[in-house]
Amino acid sequence: MSFGQIPYDVAHLLGGGMLLSGFVLLYQRRLAAMTGAFAAQGALLALAVAWQGFIQEEPGLFISALVAAAVKAVLIPLALRAFILRLGLQRRVEPGLGIGASLIAGVALVALACLVVLPATAGAAALLREDLAIALSVVLLGLLMMVTRRHAIGQVVGLLSLENGLVLAASGVQGMPLVVEIATAALVLVLAGVAGFFVLLLRERFESLDLSLLHRHRGEGE
Amino acid sequence: MPDLLIALPFLAALLLALWPSPLLNIAAALAGFLLSLTLLTAPREVEGLLLLDALNLPLVLLSAFIGLTTAIFSAAMLPAEGFSPRAARAYHAAFQAFLGANYLALLADNLGLMWAAIEGATLATVLMVALHRGAAALEAAWKFLILCGVGIALALFGTIVLGLAAQPYTGGGEGALSFTALLRVGREADPALLSLAFIFLLVGYGTKAGLAPLHSWLPDAHAEGPVAMSAVLSGLLLNAALHAILRARAVVALNEAVLPPGALMAGMGLLSLLLAALALWRRRDARRFLAWSSIEHMGLAAFAFGLGGPAALAGVLHMLGHSLVKSALFFLVGRATLLKGSQRLEDLRGLVAGHPGLGWALVLGFLAIAGLPPFSLFSSEFLMIQQSAARLPWLALPLGLGLLVAALALLRAMQALCLGPATPDARPPAPAWGGSWAVLGPAWAHLLAALVLGLALPAPLAALLAEAARIAG
Repeated sequence: MSFGQIPYDVAHLLGGGMLLSGFVLLYQRRLAAMTGAFAAQGALLALAVAWQGFIQEEPGLFISALVAAAVKAVLIPLALRAFILRLGLQRRVEPGLGIGASLIAGVALVALACLVVLPATAGAAALLREDLAIALSVVLLGLLMMVTRRHAIGQVVGLLSLENGLVLAASGVQGMPLVVEIATAALVLVLAGVAGFFVLLLRERFESLDLSLLHRHRGEGE
Repeated sequence: MPDLLIALPFLAALLLALWPSPLLNIAAALAGFLLSLTLLTAPREVEGLLLLDALNLPLVLLSAFIGLTTAIFSAAMLPAEGFSPRAARAYHAAFQAFLGANYLALLADNLGLMWAAIEGATLATVLMVALHRGAAALEAAWKFLILCGVGIALALFGTIVLGLAAQPYTGGGEGALSFTALLRVGREADPALLSLAFIFLLVGYGTKAGLAPLHSWLPDAHAEGPVAMSAVLSGLLLNAALHAILRARAVVALNEAVLPPGALMAGMGLLSLLLAALALWRRRDARRFLAWSSIEHMGLAAFAFGLGGPAALAGVLHMLGHSLVKSALFFLVGRATLLKGSQRLEDLRGLVAGHPGLGWALVLGFLAIAGLPPFSLFSSEFLMIQQSAARLPWLALPLGLGLLVAALALLRAMQALCLGPATPDARPPAPAWGGSWAVLGPAWAHLLAALVLGLALPAPLAALLAEAARIAG
C-alpha cells in the first residue's frame, strides 16, 4: 500500500469531521440536536473505517464499517430519538458547563492528545500517527462530555462517542484482528441497551433524568 | 478443555433464563468446578484463542471454587432477597454469564478477547447491582456503568496501542494481540508506544480492579446488589482485572527503555492502600466497609507485583487469600444483615452472643483479613514487608503504616460486630434452603482453604504459584 496524497487527505478529512462533530456534541444543549450530531459522527466513522479498509486493502474493515454504520449511525440514534420522544424531552435544554468554557477545555484536550501521541509514535507512518492523535482527541472529548453533562442521556451519548474514537483508533492500526472490532460493536449495542434500561428505571423512580438528584442517595448519606 | 469450561456457564445462563432454579445454578457451578479440576492435568499451552498457563490456572480454580460456594450461598439467601420471578431469572442468568465471562477473561490469549470478556462480565454485574431498584441501588449501578465504561474504554485504547507497537513484528492478523506473540516481540517494540499502552491499560483495568484514583464505583456497587454478587465481584472480577494488568506488564517489562511499569503499579497500589486504610475508619455501612477493605487488598497485591521478584509470589498468594476470605466475609455479613434487618455497622453488634456459629466465623474472617496468622494473608503480607524492607526500605514505612492502620480499623469493626452484648434481631431467621449450613458452610470452607494456603501449602501448589509469580513479575 502507498500513502499518496489522496488516501492521506481523505482519511484526514473524515477524522477531522469526527473531531468536529465531537465539538458539536460538546456544546449542543438540545437533546434532539445532540442525537443528530451523534448520528453524523457515527456515519463519518463508518466512512473513515471503510476508507481505511480501502487503503489497507483489508476486506474485514468493510464489515466493521457496515456494522458501525448500522449500529452507530442508524440504530442507536433512532433508539435515542424514540426515547426522547417517548419521555417528552424534545425541547429540553440541558444546563451544563458554559459553551465557551467547554470549547476551551475541548481545545486543550485536543492539544494534550497531540502532545501525548505525536512524540510517542515518532517511528510510525504519518497517517497512522495523526489518525491516532485524532482518535485520542475524540476519546477525550467524549470523556469531557461525560463530565460536563448532568443529564443521563447526555452522559450515555458521551460514552458512546468515546467508543467511536476507539473504533477509529482500531481501524487505523493495520492488521488489528477483526475480533476486536466486532466485539466492540456488539458490546456498544449491549451497553446502549443497558443504559437505556437504566434511564427508564431512573425516570420511573425520580421522574427526572438529572443525575445531580442521585447524589443524595449515596447510601451512607443520612 | 478450557473452551468447555467457558461454554458451560453461558449454556447454563440460557437454561436459567428459561427455568430459574437455584438447584440448576448449583449443578452448573459444580460441573464448572469439576471441569476446572481437569485443567490441572491439561497441557499448559496456547489453544486457538485461549491460553492455559501457571498464572491463570490458580485463578481459574479459585473462580470455580468461589462460583460453586456462592451458588450454594445464593440458593440459601434467595428467599430473603425477595426477587420477582422475572428478577430471579435475570439474577441467575447474569450470575452464570458472569462466571463464563470471567473464565474467558482469565483464559484468553488474545488481549482483545480478554478485554471483551471483562466488559461482558462488568455488564452482567451492572445488571445485578440494579436488581433491587431502590434509589441507592440505581445510583450505585449508574456510577458502576459510567465509571467502568470509561475505564474499559481506556483499556481498549491501551490494547490498540499495544497492538500498534507490536504490529511491525507480528505482522498483524489474528496473532497481533496474542499474549504469547506479544511476549516474543516485547523486547524490540517501540518503547514509547509500549509506555503509552501500559499507562492506558493500567488506568483502564485499574478502574475495574478498584485501584485509586478511579475506585469510587466499588463500595457502592458492593453494597447495593444481592449479597452473593458482592462475593463474586470481590472474589473474581477484581482478580480478572488485575490479571489483565499483569499480562500487559509482562509484555511491557521486557523492554528496558519503557517507563518502569513496576513503579507505576507499586505507586497506585500504595495510594489505594493508604486511602482505604483511612477510609475504613469512617464507614458506617457494613458492606461498604468490606468493599473498602477490598480496595486496600487490591492495592496491596498491585504493590507486591510492582515490586516484582520474590514479592510477586506474595502478590499471587495475596490475590488467592483475599478472594477466599473476602467472599466468606460477604457471606457472613450478608447473613447478619438479614438477621438484623439492617446494613449499618451499629445495628449488627454482638453476633457471637446471639448467633455463635455466625459470630465465630466472622471473628476468624476478620482476623484473617486483618492479616493475622495463621491465615494465608499473613504469609503474603509478611513477605511483602520483608521484600520491601530489603529492597526499597523507604517504602516499607508507608506500607507498614497502611497495613497497621487498616488492620486496626478491621479489628475495631470485628470487636464491635462480634463481641459484646447483642443488638436485637429484626425477625426470626427465615427458614433458608438447606438450613443455616448452606449459609455458613461456604464461609467455613473458604476460611479453611485460606488456612491451608497459609499453614501448609501443598508442594505441587507451591510450585504452581512460584511459576505463576515468575510469569507475573
